[in-house]
Amino acid sequence: MTPDFLHTIEVILNGLMAGVMYSLVALGFVLIFKASGIFNYAQGVMALFAALTLVGFQTGQVPFSHLINELFGTQIHHWGPGMNNLIAILLTIVVMIVFAWLVEKLVLQHMVNQEPIILFMATIGLAFFMEGLGDLMWGADIKTLDVGIPSGGSFWWEDVTRTWVSEGYDYYGMYIDLLDVYATGIAVLLVTILTLFSQFTKTGRALRAVADDHQAALTVGISLRTIWVIVWSIAGIVALVAGIMWGSKSGVQFSLSLIALKALPVLILGGFTSIPGAIIGGLIIGVGEKLFEFWIGPLVGGATENWFAYVLALFFLMFRPQGLFGERIIERV
Amino acid sequence: MFYRESGDFKTSYIQDQQIFPILQDRVFVIAVIAFAFLVVPFLINDYWEKSVLLPVLIWSLAAIGLNILTGYCGQVSLGTGGFMAVGAYASYKFTTAFPELNMFIIVLLSGGVTAMVGVLFGLPSLRIKGFYLAVATLASQFFLIWLFNKVPWFYNYSASGQINAPERFVAGIAVTGPNAPPWATYLFCLILVVVLALIAKNLTRGRFGRSWMAIRDMDIAAEIIGVAPLKAKLSAFSISSFYIGIAGALFFLVYLGAVEPTEAFGIDKSFLVLFMIIIGGLGSILGSFIGAAFMFLMPVLIKNILVNGLGWSTDIVAHLIFMIVGGLIMFFLIVEPHGLAQLWRVTKEKLRLWPFPH
Repeated sequence: MTPDFLHTIEVILNGLMAGVMYSLVALGFVLIFKASGIFNYAQGVMALFAALTLVGFQTGQVPFSHLINELFGTQIHHWGPGMNNLIAILLTIVVMIVFAWLVEKLVLQHMVNQEPIILFMATIGLAFFMEGLGDLMWGADIKTLDVGIPSGGSFWWEDVTRTWVSEGYDYYGMYIDLLDVYATGIAVLLVTILTLFSQFTKTGRALRAVADDHQAALTVGISLRTIWVIVWSIAGIVALVAGIMWGSKSGVQFSLSLIALKALPVLILGGFTSIPGAIIGGLIIGVGEKLFEFWIGPLVGGATENWFAYVLALFFLMFRPQGLFGERIIERV
Repeated sequence: MFYRESGDFKTSYIQDQQIFPILQDRVFVIAVIAFAFLVVPFLINDYWEKSVLLPVLIWSLAAIGLNILTGYCGQVSLGTGGFMAVGAYASYKFTTAFPELNMFIIVLLSGGVTAMVGVLFGLPSLRIKGFYLAVATLASQFFLIWLFNKVPWFYNYSASGQINAPERFVAGIAVTGPNAPPWATYLFCLILVVVLALIAKNLTRGRFGRSWMAIRDMDIAAEIIGVAPLKAKLSAFSISSFYIGIAGALFFLVYLGAVEPTEAFGIDKSFLVLFMIIIGGLGSILGSFIGAAFMFLMPVLIKNILVNGLGWSTDIVAHLIFMIVGGLIMFFLIVEPHGLAQLWRVTKEKLRLWPFPH
């Protein structure tokens, strides 16, 4: 095989794994949209908030220490040496569940029967609120997140691929980040758990019933509000997973919240209502944008990754307005 | 008591079709416009011009533009920043290519260019609806900004990649560039904003506005009663982009003077304008003004109080402003989804019946 061919394979592989990372974020959107018809723009900020909280617990930061110091002239920063990864993750999950409950109690409960677009804008407001809150609680500096997932290039894979090249070419092997590989594994695990949960538990069945028809679900005695809290909690946990993955990759900082913008084209490509759609959409977009950047990017000045996903999704929408796997939109007057 | 008519006694078409049917409203609006034109230019100084009046006027214009598309026609757009950039770059190309051209014409032409781009990006709206469209408009936001960063022709091959507003004159008085007097830039923007706002108000009351609102309320029903969706949606996109383009041109030429696309016209600007029309009131021209003033001035006010008044550090206040803005948006959507303009409307109804509400 020629190095050019191997390069292309490398780009495709990296694109697939980048796609998985996008899918992780898109998954949270789909969960909430299916269960409540709310398009939750705050999903990206939830990932940032979860990652910030996790780092805060790990390193033993005092929440709001910055604000307290400012108000009372104290010098509090840390309350201790920090805690074990597992305990920190569990505590963060608790925080995300409390957050889900608060959102339902304070915002969603008052917005029943509003138009979807109003609810969407409310989640944009929520995103702004949480962005401010996260920074105020844990400080706005860039933090590193390490929960013990290996990262860096895989030497074994480099050695293996180096033997693939034909005689007479210089080739240094493929670069694949171990973190991406682990992320793929974790994403597969997460989707499996979610599928099992929704197929084989009572709560899961209630979730599917609500997704199918709100009113019918209400009439058979499913509490919508409980379901919403559960769904937002699950979305919070998915956000935590996405936050851990993206945070380990590029540090926990403001730009983490912008991964929502990366997940949006994945969503409209795959359809808002389909979990497989979110995953396949993510893979298509991941490979598509990496290949486009690899082949066409140098001709037009690069940095095409910002917009290519949107244009690709738009192109697909022209043929299927509900996305690849979305439910068919039926309109009645 | 003083604020009412004792019945509906319209006897002529002119009375029936007035923009402000109540005498007091009419007098009030005319007084405000007269004050803005005749008194403010004599009082204005550099601080008021740069930090309050110009930005509020320009954001109001952008908010009117988005309100036409989102509030009246129901097509949510997150591409406002990109369209403002089109207006800014078009005005830059026009001012540098035709130095002799009248500034008003340049600004209007930039609006025209933006309108054409808007129609192009509005085409998907014929097929895609709702959230799908909202996300699809992000394509225009990211693609346009990328384009202005990557194609040197747009910034005249300048080394920094920035564009700078050259000094241009209207009737011998500078309205752009560092030497423009505050009253001149203010009047330049004010004339455009007042005229365009009146046009927008009339558009929304007429045939166009009604077809937009029909599409917004239920597009299939509108189509059945004979509103052409193609015409209605694309006209909304083009007129909305025209306004947003002019706002972008003024933002660059008069207000900022030098612009770097990623920073000046990023996605945060798209959200800002969206917030303005939500808080001000979807489907209301008055609401666009109130919303723009509120969303622009509130952070400035909070910052002034907390940083200068109480001596808090700026980064904490910046986070707090984020929280307050987000919280306010949720609060408004819960309490009054129709925005501040609706509050005003309700107050007016109450006043008209006061003190005998029954």
